[in-house]
Amino acid sequence: MKNLDSVLAAYLAGWAIFFVYYISVSQRMSTLREEVERLKAMLNKGK
Amino acid sequence: MTKSILRAAVLFALIASTAYLAFYYAPIEKTMGVVQKIFYLHISCAFSAFVAFGTCFYANLRYVFTREPKSDWLGVSAAEVGLAFITVVLITGPIWAHPVWGIWWTWDARLTLTFVLGLLYLSYLLLRSMIEEPDKRAMFSALFGIFAFLDVPLVYFSIRWWRTQHPQPVILGGPGSGLEPRMRVSYLLMWGALTGLLILLLSARYRLEALRAGVEDLRREAEVR
Repeated sequence: MKNLDSVLAAYLAGWAIFFVYYISVSQRMSTLREEVERLKAMLNKGK
Repeated sequence: MTKSILRAAVLFALIASTAYLAFYYAPIEKTMGVVQKIFYLHISCAFSAFVAFGTCFYANLRYVFTREPKSDWLGVSAAEVGLAFITVVLITGPIWAHPVWGIWWTWDARLTLTFVLGLLYLSYLLLRSMIEEPDKRAMFSALFGIFAFLDVPLVYFSIRWWRTQHPQPVILGGPGSGLEPRMRVSYLLMWGALTGLLILLLSARYRLEALRAGVEDLRREAEVR
C-alpha cells in the first residue's frame, strides 16, 4: 500500500512522544519522593 | 500503584483497539488513500490539546481570583500535557502533508498559529522555571496562560476565516462536511481513548506538582532550622 510507511511513522512518533512524556513524569516523581524522604530524615534528625 | 498500572493497561488496550479500528474498520479514503489514516490520531490529538489548554485557562483564571495553589498546580499540569499533545499534532501534520501536498510545511494561517500555540505554552513553562518565588511564579504564569489561550480560538477558526493550504473542517464544518459513518465511529473512539490518556497524564502530572510543592515546604522548614 502506498504511503503506509508515513502512516506507521506518524503513529509510532505519536505513541513515542506520549510514552517518553509518561516516563519523564514518573522519573521526576520518584526523584521528588527520594527528596521528600531525605528532607524528612534531615528534619527528624534535627529534632 | 497496582491501580495506576491497571488503569494504564486498560488505557493501552483501549488505544490499541481504536488504532486497530482506524486501520481495519474505517474505509480507505478515495483521494488520499491509506495516508488519510493519520487523520484519526492528528485530529484527536488536536482536540485533546484544546481540552488541555482550556483546562489550563480555567485554572489560570481561577488562580487569579482565588490564589489557591491547587489552581496553579492544575494550570501547569494542563499546560505541559497540552504541549505533549500539540507536539504530536505538529509532528503528524507534516508526515501527512508530505505525500498529499508535496511539501512538509507551509506558513499558512492554521499551521503558523498552531506552531505559535506550541511556542506560547513552551514559553509558559520556561517562564515558570525562571521565577523562584512561588506566589509570583503562579501569578505571572497565570496571567501569561490567560494570554496564551487567546491563540486557541484563532487556531480553530483560522481555516474558516482565511484561505489556507490546510483543508476545510470535516467535523462541525457546516453543510457538505462530515465523515463516512465508519470513519466517524473510529474517530470518536480514538478521541475517547486519547481523552482517557489526557486524564491519566494530567492526574499524574498534577500529583507531581503537589509533591513538588510539598518538597518546597519541607526545604523552607529545613532552612529555618
